[in-house]
Amino acid sequence: MSFSSAGYQLLPVLPELVLAVGAMALLMLGAYRGEGMTRTVTALAVVLLVVVGALELMLPAGKLTTFGGSFIVDDFARFLKILAIIGSAVTLILSTEFLSDPSRRIFEYAILVLLSTLGMMVLISAADLIMLYLGLELMSLALYVVAASNRDNAKSTEAGLKYFVLGALSSGMLLYGASLIYGFTGTVEFAGIAAAVKTGSVGIVFGLVFLLAGLCFKVSAVPFHMWTPDVYEGAPTPVTAFFASAPKVAALAVFTRVTLTAFPGIVPQWQQILVFVAIASMALGSFAAIGQKNIKRLMAYSSIGHMGFALVGLASGTVEGAQGVLVYIAIYVAMTLGTFAVILSMKRAGQPMEQISDFSGLSRTNPLLAFFFAMLLFSLAGIPPLAGFFAKWYVFVAAIKAGLFTLAVVGVLTSVVGAFYYLTIIKVMYFDEPTGDIEPMRIELRTVLAVAGIFNIFFFVYPGPLVSVATTAAKSLFPG
Amino acid sequence: MTTWPVLSVVTFLPVIGALAIYLTRGDDEAARRNARWIALWTTLVTFAVSLILVWRFDASSADFQFVEKANWLASGITYHMGVDGISLPFVILTTALMPFCIVASWKSITLRVREYMMAFLLLETLMVGTFSALDLVLFYLFFEGGLIPMFLIIGVWGGPRRVYASFKFFLYTLLGSVLMLLAIMALYWNAGTTDIPMLIKTAVPRGLQTWAWLAFFASFAVKMPMWPVHTWLPDAHVEAPTAGSVILAAIMLKMGGYGFLRFSLPMFPLASHDFAWLIFSLSAIAIIYTSLVALMQEDIKKLIAYSSIAHMGFVTMGIFAGPPQRLAGGAFPTNSPGTVSVALFPCVGIVYDRLHTREIAAYGGLVNRMPLYALVFMVFTMANVGLPGTSGFVGEFMTLLGTFKVSIPTATFATLGVILSAGYALWLYRKVVFGALTKPSLASIKDLTWRESLLLFPLVALTILFGVYPKPVLDMSAASVQQLVNNYNTAVTAVKEAALVVQ
Repeated sequence: MSFSSAGYQLLPVLPELVLAVGAMALLMLGAYRGEGMTRTVTALAVVLLVVVGALELMLPAGKLTTFGGSFIVDDFARFLKILAIIGSAVTLILSTEFLSDPSRRIFEYAILVLLSTLGMMVLISAADLIMLYLGLELMSLALYVVAASNRDNAKSTEAGLKYFVLGALSSGMLLYGASLIYGFTGTVEFAGIAAAVKTGSVGIVFGLVFLLAGLCFKVSAVPFHMWTPDVYEGAPTPVTAFFASAPKVAALAVFTRVTLTAFPGIVPQWQQILVFVAIASMALGSFAAIGQKNIKRLMAYSSIGHMGFALVGLASGTVEGAQGVLVYIAIYVAMTLGTFAVILSMKRAGQPMEQISDFSGLSRTNPLLAFFFAMLLFSLAGIPPLAGFFAKWYVFVAAIKAGLFTLAVVGVLTSVVGAFYYLTIIKVMYFDEPTGDIEPMRIELRTVLAVAGIFNIFFFVYPGPLVSVATTAAKSLFPG
Repeated sequence: MTTWPVLSVVTFLPVIGALAIYLTRGDDEAARRNARWIALWTTLVTFAVSLILVWRFDASSADFQFVEKANWLASGITYHMGVDGISLPFVILTTALMPFCIVASWKSITLRVREYMMAFLLLETLMVGTFSALDLVLFYLFFEGGLIPMFLIIGVWGGPRRVYASFKFFLYTLLGSVLMLLAIMALYWNAGTTDIPMLIKTAVPRGLQTWAWLAFFASFAVKMPMWPVHTWLPDAHVEAPTAGSVILAAIMLKMGGYGFLRFSLPMFPLASHDFAWLIFSLSAIAIIYTSLVALMQEDIKKLIAYSSIAHMGFVTMGIFAGPPQRLAGGAFPTNSPGTVSVALFPCVGIVYDRLHTREIAAYGGLVNRMPLYALVFMVFTMANVGLPGTSGFVGEFMTLLGTFKVSIPTATFATLGVILSAGYALWLYRKVVFGALTKPSLASIKDLTWRESLLLFPLVALTILFGVYPKPVLDMSAASVQQLVNNYNTAVTAVKEAALVVQ
C-alpha cells in the first residue's frame, strides 16, 4: 500500500470537510450564545447546506477517489448527495415552526441534522465496508437523537429509544455480515470484493444476507420495518419528514452501490433476496396502511411500500434498474416533502392534527391546499400523468427487461391496493363535510408545497433533464 | 395550408378554459355564471376547431394525419399525435358532446360549479388525448389520467352512494390498466419504441402476443365493460351526475372499443384470432344476461346502464367479427350506441331534476303533461331497440351480419338479445310515459324547457340522420379500417399457410 499524495487528496472530500467544520462552528456559536440563537443557527445551517451542495457540483467531473480508494465521487454519488442535501435543507426549513416554540428552542437540532447529512454523504461515497459503516453510524446516531428531540413528550422519547435499540441491532448484523465478507474475500474494498467473488460460496452468501439485512433496516424494508410506524408516529412531524426523505436516499444509495459494485458476480444470489424483500414490502406497505387512522403512521406504511417499489428496480441488477432507483428516489423525495408540508400545516388552534378524519372537507375550507395534496396523493399512488407514475414506470420497465415478470405483476397489483388508501384521504378531503377551518399556512410551508406540487404535476411536460442525469449517474456504477 | 398543430390545440384548449375558470375568483352567483359560460364557450370553440380536422381530413388515405412529433421521454418514447379514420370519429364525438354535457349540467349543478366545470374541461383534454395519442406511453397517460377527474365528478357531485361508486370505478379500472402497462413495457423492449405506427408494423412474437393481448384485454374489458367485469358500471352510472353518465356511456366506454381496434387487432392479429371465441362467448353472455338483468330494474338509470352494457356486447362482437369477413363495420357500431345511450341519460336527468327520484314506479302518464318529452324519449327508445331508420339499427345490423358469417350460434344469441332489449325498453317507456296521470306529484310537472330542447333535439336529428344516411361516418373510417382488415388477414393467413407447410 502506497502513501503517495495521490491516494490522500482532499479535494474530493472538500464538501464533506466544509460541512463538518461548518457544523462544528455552528455548534460553538450555539453553545456560547445560548438558545436565543436557535433561529440563526438553523438559518445558517440551511445556507451551509446550500454551499456544500454548490461545492459538490463544482468538483471536477468524472470519477474521483481518495483515501486509498475507499471514498469515491462519481456521477452516482453527486446525484444522490444533492438529493440528500435537498432533503435535509428542506427539512430544516420545515422545522422552523417546531423550533420556534419556547419549550423547544434547541439549536442542537440543526447541528444534528447537519452531522447526519455528513454521515449520509460519506455513506453515499463509501467504496469500502469500513467507510460504509462509518457513514452509516454517523448518520444513524444523529437520527436517534433527533427522533427524541421533543424531550417532554413520552411518545417522542419512546420513538428515539426504540429506533436506537433496533438500529443498534441492525448495525450489529451489518457489521457481522461485513466481517464475514472480509473473512472470505480478504478485502473490504468493493472493487476487491467484486474481483474475489465470482461464485456464490456459502460463506459469502451468508455474509451478504447479514449485510443486506442491516441495509434493509435502514431503508425500512420488510421484514426489518417494525420500527418505522412507531418512530414515524412518535417523532415530531418535521423529524418524520426528515426520516422519510434524506436518510432513505442515503440508505438506498449504499444499497445500490454495494449490490451492484461489490457483488456483480453473484447477481442471482442477491436478486432472489431482493425480489422477496420488494414483494413483501410492497404488499405490507399497501395492505397494512388501509386500517390506519393517523396520517403519520399511514405515511410510514406508505414509505415501506415505496421502498419496495424502489427495490424492484434494484432487483433487476441492470443499468436500467439503477436508473429506475435513482428516478424513483428523486421523485419520492419530492412527493414526501410536499406531503409533509401539508401535514405540518394542518393545525387548528395551535394544535397539530394528525388524524385522517381531520382532513375532512379540506377542499372547501382550503381548496388550493387540498388540490395540491390530492395531486401528491394521486402521484404517490402512481396515477399518470403525475410524477409518481414515471417513478414506477422506470423501475417496472427495468424489471420487465430483466425478465422479473412475477415481481412486476405483484408490484403493479399491490400498487392498486395502495391506491385505495390514498383515495381514502382524497375522499375525506373532497367528499366529506368540513369540520372547521385550519390555521393559515406559514410561508415556508407554502413555498415547499408549491415547489413540490408543481414539480409533481408538471414533471411530465419536461422529464428529460432528471431522466438523463439519472441515466448518467446509473452508468457510472457500471464499468465501461 | 397553415402548419399550426391543430390536433394539439384541440387537445389542450380545454385546459386553457379550465385555467380561465380557475382565475375567476369567488363563489357567488356571478362567479358560477362565469364558470358556466367560460366552460360552454371553451367546449364550443374546441368543437369548432375540431371541425377543421374533419374539413382537412383526407378520407381516402389510411395513414395517420395531422401528425405532430416532439422529443419527450426517451428516444423511443415521443410526444406523437395524429388521427386516422378510426380515431377521428371518436375525437369529433368527444368534442361534439362536451357542449351538451355543459348544458346538461347548467341548472342541475349548483354546488361548487367552478370545480365541476374545471373537472369536465380537464376530462375533455384527457379524452381527446387518448384518441389522438400515437405513442403508447402517451396514450396510457391520457387513458389513466381520465380516472382522476371522473373519480372526483362521481364522488363530489354524485348521488347517495357516490363514495362506493367512485372507489369501485377507480380501482376496477386501475386494476385492469396496470396489467396493460406491463404489456406496454414488454412491447417497448421488444420493439425498442412505443410509437404506435411503428409497433403496428413490428411483428410481435407469438408468445408475447398472447400475453400482451390478455393484458390489453384486461384493461379494455374492464373499460368497455364486458361481462363479468361490468359490475362497476351500473354503480357508477347511477351515482354519477347526468353529464358524468353521458361521458361515461358515450366516450369512456368507447375507449375500450377504441383500444381493441387500435391495439389488439393490428398489433396482435394472431392472438386476436385465437381469442375471438372468448370475445364472442363473453359478448353473447353479456347481451343476454344484462338484458335480463335490465328487465328486473326498478331504477331508470340502472336499467339504461345495463342496456348500455348489452350494447357494448354488440360492439365487442362487431369488432372481432369484422376483420375475418373483410367488413368495415367495426368502427361504426362503436360510435353508434354513443349517440343513443348518450341521449337517454339526459332524458332521465330531466325528469330526475323535476322529481328527484329515479324509481320507475314513481312515474306514469308523462305524455299527458310532457308531449315533447314523450316524443324525444320515444325516438331514443326506438334507437336503443334498434328500429330501422335510427342509427341504432345500422350498428346492430352490421354487427349481426358480420357475426353471422363467423359464428352462427353467437349471432343467434345476440339476436335474442335484441328481442329482449325491445322488451325492457318498451316496458320502461310504457311505465314512464303512457298510462293515466294519477300520481299527485306529477300533476304539475312541466314539459321541456328551451334549454333542454336545445340539448335533445340536435341529438334526435343526428340519431335519425345517421340511421338513414350513415355514409359520412362510414366513409371517414373506410380506408383505415380496410387497411387494418388487410393487415390482419395477411398475418393470420401467413400463419395458416406456414402451418400447412409444416404438415
